[in-house]
Amino acid sequence: MNAKILTKENLLSFVQNLIKTGEVVGVTKKDGKFAFDHLKRASDLVLDYDVTLLPPKKYVMPQRETLIKFNVKPEVKVEAVVEATPFTLIGVHPYDLKAINQLDRLFEENHVDTNYMKRREQATIIAVTPTRASKWSFWSSMNSIFVETGFDLLLTDIGGRYAVEIGTAHGDELLKKHAKFEEAAPADIEKLESIRSALPKMCSADRKINALTHEMTAILEIHRKSELWEKRAEKCYSCGSCNLICPTCYCFDVKEEIDLNLKDGSRYRVWDGCLLEDFAKIGSGENFREKRADRFRHRFFRKWSYLAAKLTEPACVGCGRCSSVCLPDIADPVKVINELKEEK
Amino acid sequence: MESLYRPELATITKAAPMTATEKYFEIKLNSGRELGHKPGQFVEVSVFGVGEAPISVSSSPTKKGAFDLVIRKVGNVTGKIHNMTAGSTIGIRGPFGTHFPFDETKGKDILFVAGGIGLVPARSFINYVLDNRKDYNRVTVLFGCRNPNERLFTDELSLWAKRDDVEFLETVDKPLDTNWKGNCGVITTLFPKIKIEPANTFCVIVGPPIMYRFVIKEALDKHIPRHHIYVSLERRMKCGVGKCGHCQINGVYCCQEGPVFKYSDITHLEEAL
Repeated sequence: MNAKILTKENLLSFVQNLIKTGEVVGVTKKDGKFAFDHLKRASDLVLDYDVTLLPPKKYVMPQRETLIKFNVKPEVKVEAVVEATPFTLIGVHPYDLKAINQLDRLFEENHVDTNYMKRREQATIIAVTPTRASKWSFWSSMNSIFVETGFDLLLTDIGGRYAVEIGTAHGDELLKKHAKFEEAAPADIEKLESIRSALPKMCSADRKINALTHEMTAILEIHRKSELWEKRAEKCYSCGSCNLICPTCYCFDVKEEIDLNLKDGSRYRVWDGCLLEDFAKIGSGENFREKRADRFRHRFFRKWSYLAAKLTEPACVGCGRCSSVCLPDIADPVKVINELKEEK
Repeated sequence: MESLYRPELATITKAAPMTATEKYFEIKLNSGRELGHKPGQFVEVSVFGVGEAPISVSSSPTKKGAFDLVIRKVGNVTGKIHNMTAGSTIGIRGPFGTHFPFDETKGKDILFVAGGIGLVPARSFINYVLDNRKDYNRVTVLFGCRNPNERLFTDELSLWAKRDDVEFLETVDKPLDTNWKGNCGVITTLFPKIKIEPANTFCVIVGPPIMYRFVIKEALDKHIPRHHIYVSLERRMKCGVGKCGHCQINGVYCCQEGPVFKYSDITHLEEAL
């Protein structure tokens, strides 16, 4: 293993240098919780957080993103819009990075989504090893403890100092240009390795899915007709919160706006959610997933079966956000999969 | 990298009402290029300032220079386009999706079963077959709609009825107060009237969601093999490129692996029919 070392002061000045040269987004405190936000000063950055309210997905797939602009008068004209400017994202946990890595594949496969890919190319990602886990997280069960790709730099707190692993040439360059660092000593590497080896136990013991990831897919498939879906969905508000906070949900709706001058307009996409009642409704009024239970089940199958087939791993990274925001407490994958496994 | 979401401009060259809710449009791409679709594919139609809607192409690829759409007025985009006339500019993305088996069926018998507006996509294949008539063996077309006022492409229906190389049968659920002299009853009542050689027959079914189960049962009862039965399914294809998630049938993106499906490929998908 190879790593560089940044003291806390040197990390702060590194981040401050990044802020001076461009847009930086980092984890900040927000009403006693944590959120990715525009970073005004390096001292606002929090790296020892448990989980952020929303995943960093919103910076690679914004809640609202313009796709085309058009004029309708005097003559109709249309142009493609790609909104992408360089930015640095600091403080991404491995599970959230794994989700971004999955989105990269899904937006690129078959038809390359230029809007997503161009934006993604503009992102510099500085990941950080978690120092604590939220009470809902189960990333250990989802193979999301470590991530090998997707970051430019990976920071790990090794006790008052940070070990920096380099993921890309761009990350290396950034570090050389903007940071004062030293080479890691054997003792630093030892510390880093011991921290890494303790990570699998960071999620609390009761936040464990009692199956390997590929077994989870099989458990769902076997229990497609289980009463569990109906029973849990009886309490579902169809609010779509589980979709909204999910780092791997990427379904979108397309909307349109025309300016008050009635000449110019734009078409944009916004996040959508498969739990919302009208998600599969067509123009004539037919709704192909009208029942709550069908929508509730669809989300699980999409994560653990449909997308899992494309990604060769479930599209759930174990962040636990859906479990924490679900008011009737029906969305928790740990409970759902463990309960299904217990069924005959 | 080209944007997936930028429509190309197109012009309505003809517009004519067909029924109380359906209107016919002939469309030319402003670039002059051919749409290049295959029978059964769809396009995303833009009315700028209102939005986009997935619409089946109704003309056969053998029609050159322009293509046909028949649009039912059901929402914002389709409502707005109904007010548009020849000369208006719209946007087109596509063609998208899978197509009817025009190659695999060469030398075989084809049984078309179209219900109501299902005739619109089916027509792209029917006319393709009729324009290449010698490539195919027996051709049977069954068409049913709710009442005589809902019949589409009435001129073409009479032509098909007159041709001796096409067996054409149609029915209406209810004649209402028209002077309809033809068959009455749902579309499945036409099945006892036809003779087919099941092993050599491909069956193409397009209609409203409710129709599929009943018609597929008739086809299976006639011993047409599952892998010879094709259906075209309607879903909410928002993006057309397999990203937005709206058209998913279990794990299948209807805009990518459909809208035309071989029945044997979807029998295990409980959300399909």
